[in-house]
Amino acid sequence: MGAAPAARDVTSYGMGLAAPLALFFLVFFVAPLLQLFWLSLHNDTAGLHWGLGQYLHFLTDPFSLGVLGSTLLLGAEVTAVCLVLGFPIAWLYQRVGPKLQTVIILIVLLPLLTSVVVRTFAWIVILGRQGIINATLQSLGLIDTPLKLLYTQFGVVIALAQVQMPLMTLPLITALGRIDPNLDDASCSLGAGSWRTFFRIVLPLSLPGVIAGCTLTYAAAITAFITQSLIGGGQMLFMPMYLYQQASTLQNWPFAAAISIIFLLAVLAVVSVFTTLGRMSRGYGGA
Amino acid sequence: MAEAQGGRSLVVDAVTHRYPSGALAVENINLDIKGGEIIALLGPSGCGKTTLLRIIAGFIAQTQGRIIIGDDIVDALPPNKRAVGIVFQNYALFPHLSISENVAYGLAARGVDKTSRQREAQRLLELVQLPTMAERLPRQLSGGQQQRVALARALAIKPSILLLDEPFAALDKNLRLDMQIEVKRLQRVSGITTLIVTHDQEEALSMADRVAVLSHGKLEQFGTPSDVYDRPQTLFVNTFVGSTNRMPGVVVSADRTAAKVRLDAGTEIIARPAGGTLSEGGRVTVCIRPEHLQFVGDETGFAGVVGMSLPLGATVVHEVTTADGSGVKVSQARIGETRALESGAAVRLAPLAPSLANAFPATL
Repeated sequence: MGAAPAARDVTSYGMGLAAPLALFFLVFFVAPLLQLFWLSLHNDTAGLHWGLGQYLHFLTDPFSLGVLGSTLLLGAEVTAVCLVLGFPIAWLYQRVGPKLQTVIILIVLLPLLTSVVVRTFAWIVILGRQGIINATLQSLGLIDTPLKLLYTQFGVVIALAQVQMPLMTLPLITALGRIDPNLDDASCSLGAGSWRTFFRIVLPLSLPGVIAGCTLTYAAAITAFITQSLIGGGQMLFMPMYLYQQASTLQNWPFAAAISIIFLLAVLAVVSVFTTLGRMSRGYGGA
Repeated sequence: MAEAQGGRSLVVDAVTHRYPSGALAVENINLDIKGGEIIALLGPSGCGKTTLLRIIAGFIAQTQGRIIIGDDIVDALPPNKRAVGIVFQNYALFPHLSISENVAYGLAARGVDKTSRQREAQRLLELVQLPTMAERLPRQLSGGQQQRVALARALAIKPSILLLDEPFAALDKNLRLDMQIEVKRLQRVSGITTLIVTHDQEEALSMADRVAVLSHGKLEQFGTPSDVYDRPQTLFVNTFVGSTNRMPGVVVSADRTAAKVRLDAGTEIIARPAGGTLSEGGRVTVCIRPEHLQFVGDETGFAGVVGMSLPLGATVVHEVTTADGSGVKVSQARIGETRALESGAAVRLAPLAPSLANAFPATL
C-alpha cells in the first residue's frame, strides 16, 4: 500500500485554466483600483502631497453626504418598486400554462433586449411636459397644467425600476419554481387561506430569490449613470454623475478617486447586509 | 362548517370530471363509504384515482356529480373549509418549519392559541411515536419519520376524512409494512374514515375494508378484498388484482351460475360466469389464478409441457406450455419436498374447483 505510487488526486484541478481570467482581472481591475486608491490619498490635484484630506472633505461636506444619501435611498426605492411589482409576475409565471410562460418571459426580458439609451429616451417621451402621460391626462380634461414627471425622483425611480425589473424577476421565478407545489395544497388542506399560505409558506421559502434579486437590482440601480442623469436632469445629482463631474469637468482626480472608494465601500456594505440575510435564510428550503 | 369529527360518511355521487381538453378523467363514479371505513382506490397510473382524490379534497371542481361528507354537500366549499386531511406521496412537509410547527400549522390556521397548539402537537407526536423530534427540521428525519409527521399534521385538524395519496410508495419494503400497520393502528384509534390511493394491489387488499378498482376513469368494482380477489366482476379486475392465467375458449352451455367452456388448450371445464350471462357458442376468456391450478395424475384436465420451475421460497412456480401454444403458470405450495419438475416433462392440469375459474366474454 505504502509502496504503491501515489494515486492522482482527481478531485483537485490545476489552476492553469483560470490564469487568463485572473491575469485579465489583475491588469484591468485590481491594478486600476489600487491606482485609484493611491490617487485618493493625495490632498492636492497635482498628486504631490499625501494625506486623508479628500476623505475628510467628503465626510464633513453636507452636500457630498447628501448626494451619497440620496443615491443609496434611490437604490432602496427602485429595489422596493421592483420587488412589489416583480413578485406577482414571478408568482403568476409558476401558475400559468407553458404558452403564457413564454409570453411572460419575453415581457420580462424585453428591457434587456433594448439599448439603455433608447429605453431612456423612450421614458423622456413618455414622462415629458408634452409627453404621452401629460397629453393623455390633458385631453381627458383631468389636469389643466402638465404634471412635472421628468427630472423628478419619481421619474427616475419608475424608469430605473423598468430597466432593472429582469434582475429582480428572474431570480424570483427560479426561487418560486423550486417550491414544491404540494406545499400550497398541503397548507390549504390544513385550513390556511391564500394569504396565510403566502406569508407563512411561499414568502419564507422564496427568500433566497428575494435576496438575490434585491442585491442585483440595488447594485444596478445606484450605478445606472445614463438613466439617472437623463431622467433626473441637472437638478438631481447622484453619485455616478457627481464623480463624473469631479473627474471630467473639474479635473479634481484625487477627490473623484475618494468619492469612488467611499461609494464602493457603501455599496459593499449594503450588498454584504443582503448576503448575510441570504445566508441566514438558506437554513430554509435547502434540501 | 360543522364541527369536524372522526367517522363521518363519504358519498361520491355520480361524479364525472372532464379535463379542459374534453378528455374524461373520471366517469360516473359512485362510492358509498360508511363512517370509519378504510377504502382503497386501486388502479394503474392514469386511471383517475388521484383526480378523484383531488376532487374529494376540493382541489378540483368536478364537472358533474356531488361529494357529500356526513350530511353536508361540500361541492361549494374550498379545500381549506372541507376539514379533509391529506398525506401527500412526498409528504409535503414545510421544510422551513420545525416538526412541531408543521404539526401545529393547521391549528394555527384555526386560531388556536400557542400553548394549546404546542400541547396538541406534542400529544400527536407521541401518538405517532416521535415525541423527541419536535424541534428538528423535516430534512433531519428519515422517510418513515417524515411520513409519521405528515400523518400527525393531517390528524391535528381532526379531519372528517383522511386521504392518503400513494403513502407508502417512497418507502422501502420493510419500512412499508411497519407503516401500513402503523396507519391501520392510528385509523383504528381515531376512527377516521380513510381513503388510500394506491397502485399496489397487495397494499389495497391488506389495508382496506373495501377496495374500489378503477380503470380508465371508470369504477370496475367496489367490494371487499375477498370479493375483488375471488369474485372479480370484470376481466380487468381479475387480471390487475393478483396474477392470473388467461385461457381462451368457447362456451358449450351456460346458465346463470355455471358455464361449460371448451378451452383452446383442449379440455372442457366448468367456470363461473363472471360479469353477466354468457351466450352459447360465444368466445370467452377464462381466468384461473396460478395457485388455483393443480397437477392431476389421470386423464382429466388439459395437457402441457413444463418449461421452467422457479422455487420462490414458500411456493414453487411452474411455467407450462399448453397444447395451443399459450403459457400458463402454476403455483404450488412447498410442502415437504415439493419436487422441482424437469424441463420438458409432460403434465396434466386442472382447476382446483369450478368456482375458482372465471369466464368473461372475450372482448377481441
